[in-house]
Amino acid sequence: MEQTGAGGGQPETPLLAVRGITKRFGAFTANDNITLGLTPGEVHALLGENGAGKSTLVKMLYGLLAPTEGEILWQGAPIKLPNPNAARALGIGMVFQHFSLFDNLTVAENIALVMPPSERLQDVPGKIEGISRAYGMGLEPNRPVWSLSAGERQRIEIARCLLQDPKVLILDEPTSVLTPQEAEKLFETLDRLKAEGRALLYISHHLEEVKRLCDRATILRLGKLVGTCDPRAETPRSLAALMVGSQIMEVRAAGAHALGKDRLVVSHLDAPSPSLHGVSLKRVSLAVKGGEVLGIAGVAGNGQSELFANLSGESLAARPESIVIDGAPVGALGISERRALNAGFVPEERNGHAAAPDFTLSENIVLTGHGSDGLTRLGFINGVAAKDQSQKVIAAFDVRKSGADPLARTLSGGNLQKFVVGREILREPALLVINQPTWGVDALAAATIRQALLDLCARGAAVLIISQDLDELFEISDRIAVIHTGELSEALPARGTTREEIGLLMAGMPGQTNASGEGGHAH
Amino acid sequence: MRIDLDARPQRSALREILAPVGALIVAILIGGIVIALMGRSTIEAFDVYFVEPLSQSYSLQAIAVKASPLILIAVGLAFCYRANLWNIGAEGQFIAGGALGGWLGLLTYGGAYQGALGGWWILAAMMILGALGGLLYAMIPALLRVWLNVSEILTSLMLVYVAQLGLDWLVRGPWKDPGGHNLPVSVNLDPEATLPILFDGGSLHLGVLLAPIVVAIAAVVFSKTLFGYQVRLVGSAPKAARFGGFNDRTIAIAAFAISGGLAGLAGVVEVSGRIGQLLPSISPGYGFSAIIVAFLGRLSPVGIFIAGLVLALTFVGGEDAQIALHLPGDLTLAFQGVLLICVLAADVLARYSLRFTWGARS
Repeated sequence: MEQTGAGGGQPETPLLAVRGITKRFGAFTANDNITLGLTPGEVHALLGENGAGKSTLVKMLYGLLAPTEGEILWQGAPIKLPNPNAARALGIGMVFQHFSLFDNLTVAENIALVMPPSERLQDVPGKIEGISRAYGMGLEPNRPVWSLSAGERQRIEIARCLLQDPKVLILDEPTSVLTPQEAEKLFETLDRLKAEGRALLYISHHLEEVKRLCDRATILRLGKLVGTCDPRAETPRSLAALMVGSQIMEVRAAGAHALGKDRLVVSHLDAPSPSLHGVSLKRVSLAVKGGEVLGIAGVAGNGQSELFANLSGESLAARPESIVIDGAPVGALGISERRALNAGFVPEERNGHAAAPDFTLSENIVLTGHGSDGLTRLGFINGVAAKDQSQKVIAAFDVRKSGADPLARTLSGGNLQKFVVGREILREPALLVINQPTWGVDALAAATIRQALLDLCARGAAVLIISQDLDELFEISDRIAVIHTGELSEALPARGTTREEIGLLMAGMPGQTNASGEGGHAH
Repeated sequence: MRIDLDARPQRSALREILAPVGALIVAILIGGIVIALMGRSTIEAFDVYFVEPLSQSYSLQAIAVKASPLILIAVGLAFCYRANLWNIGAEGQFIAGGALGGWLGLLTYGGAYQGALGGWWILAAMMILGALGGLLYAMIPALLRVWLNVSEILTSLMLVYVAQLGLDWLVRGPWKDPGGHNLPVSVNLDPEATLPILFDGGSLHLGVLLAPIVVAIAAVVFSKTLFGYQVRLVGSAPKAARFGGFNDRTIAIAAFAISGGLAGLAGVVEVSGRIGQLLPSISPGYGFSAIIVAFLGRLSPVGIFIAGLVLALTFVGGEDAQIALHLPGDLTLAFQGVLLICVLAADVLARYSLRFTWGARS
């Protein structure tokens, strides 16, 4: 497992290590007495659910946060990292989950921005080409960033790190925005970096990936270290159980059930982009029957939020008949009128879109229920009815909270998501459109939500799920369509379609067999 | 040294109520220091500003008369500010309402238009016109904001000066009292156009009763109605409001209408109740002081009621201090400014804790 790398030092002396490190924010302990070490030539996975403390730990390793207790060791010697510059000077590089690139600058200009002032701009393209060739990244220094796909943007971030020749590279959820093919290309680059004797810390919750790539895995739960293991000796289920602390129930499909009539039909929906670098929807057509789950896959930023806004009525369509709910053309109707046709909607962003963070849970019941359910009368809100309904959602979906009717912001991500999904499901909608149903949600809550969606579907509702999580889509969808630069593919049956086929569509290359993940982002 | 603001994990109701009280105490301390630096006795000034006005019947009445326009305007502003709309032109809307309502008083001067109906309708019509004047004046920034996305902060503020100069011109020109020795004043309004005094020999007039009524209605609107819910929602989470199916443009226009209408009503009450005629200037800055009242009262109607009384006290005390101690009248405005800064600072401290980090960042 532990190879002697070219990075120097004894193989048993970790390049970078933390010993007994603790980070507290006020009364909250984000990291509690954590110890781990990265040896040269190893890919080390950091596993854990959202809120387990992974980000806090790597921020300390990169000098963005100072530990409350414990020490950071560099080749065995204790060090202090007052800021990221100090970390970079030692040879620690980090690739963040969210890119920090300027869309209107070129690749070279973006990279030059973070180079030391002694570097000259005209030398940068040559260096980029060198790195790009060495690691097979295919970067063109003079392309403007806005014309690049997510995978290409990520490679800029990685090249930016590699130009500083780091000994340790930290990657935070690097595949969350990539197609399977782009991810495979990333793994090849990472394998090459590992072979050069660098140490990689790889944060992910995609367990298959971790098994494919990593030599060791350290698992965090609620800020504590719960174990270190060899991921190749584990199954995804056993890894998940370590992360969550208990076995996760398996989502149970309703089995063969009869499909009803079309409940949602979208035909030739065009919607111009509301902003300069936004995405226009182009001739989107789809149909969802009662009793069916249609999944929409796609890399983030390919028109998912625009599609959701058009389906919900937050944006209106040019032609009323381009969106039909249960036979009624609704393209020109607002969201309240679509709800009146017994449609329910759950947007991607919990805090601030699906729920008002500074409003109580019962007030948030009124947000989507004010047109029905006896929640309002003559312009007055029936506070008792809202509290009743809120209690029903809380009970049915096991929403954990403190206080009788707390502010939405005080709930954890998973619990608030259960609340906003449950709020719609208890209204027994005939059609539910949901965007990223389990994004950033803990595994138990995610399983609860997926099961509830399947149960709703089994009761005859049509469910449309927009998700970036292919595992999720394959788990619960009957058919999967892919959105790419605002165009929607044909829906393929989930059984009998491979991840690779969906991946090609996500990269905008229908029908190609050669998986390169490259250049598919035609603008 | 560096100061970081850390969000407090939990909101505390007690802390949020104590914040404005603490701000008031700090502002009074700062005021005391300023007066001491001016070479006057701080104790004496405190007595004149805050104790004497509360111990005399006539000054208690004066406080109520000054508090009622502040409260009316500030309740209206609460609708705007809760909806995240920054109407700072209530002073102009106050003047527009006072002028339009007062215009009816001038039109019916000397018993004109009373005819068979009598004069009972004049006061009611003046109140309605006053509210309408303020409302229409507030529609200018509201519609510019909704249609063209023009900053309502700039437009509403600049329209204050338009209103001030407009009234000034009217009173020096078309509305000047022909028998007024060429002074820039209108005629004195008829009794039918004047709000009656509640107690003989006092200064409390009927208009004062509007303040508690409006406060009670606003409190119910904010806490119990779907409209109040929408106003709060649009300000607090605009994306969630659109998701809820609420139209933020309608809410923006409604909030400005309420705000302008209440400021206009306050304006006509001032003209008809306290002044009794139109003058080049009919407000000692109520529209601006009401901003302080709104924040001191935490944008809640009941809080605004209390805060309005506190600010009125500084107006009355400030007038007394001019006479008794020869302190400049601008000191009152300066004190109100200090108070607003203290309130805003206290708001931050109620939600965040300060953390001092010593030593330089390397």
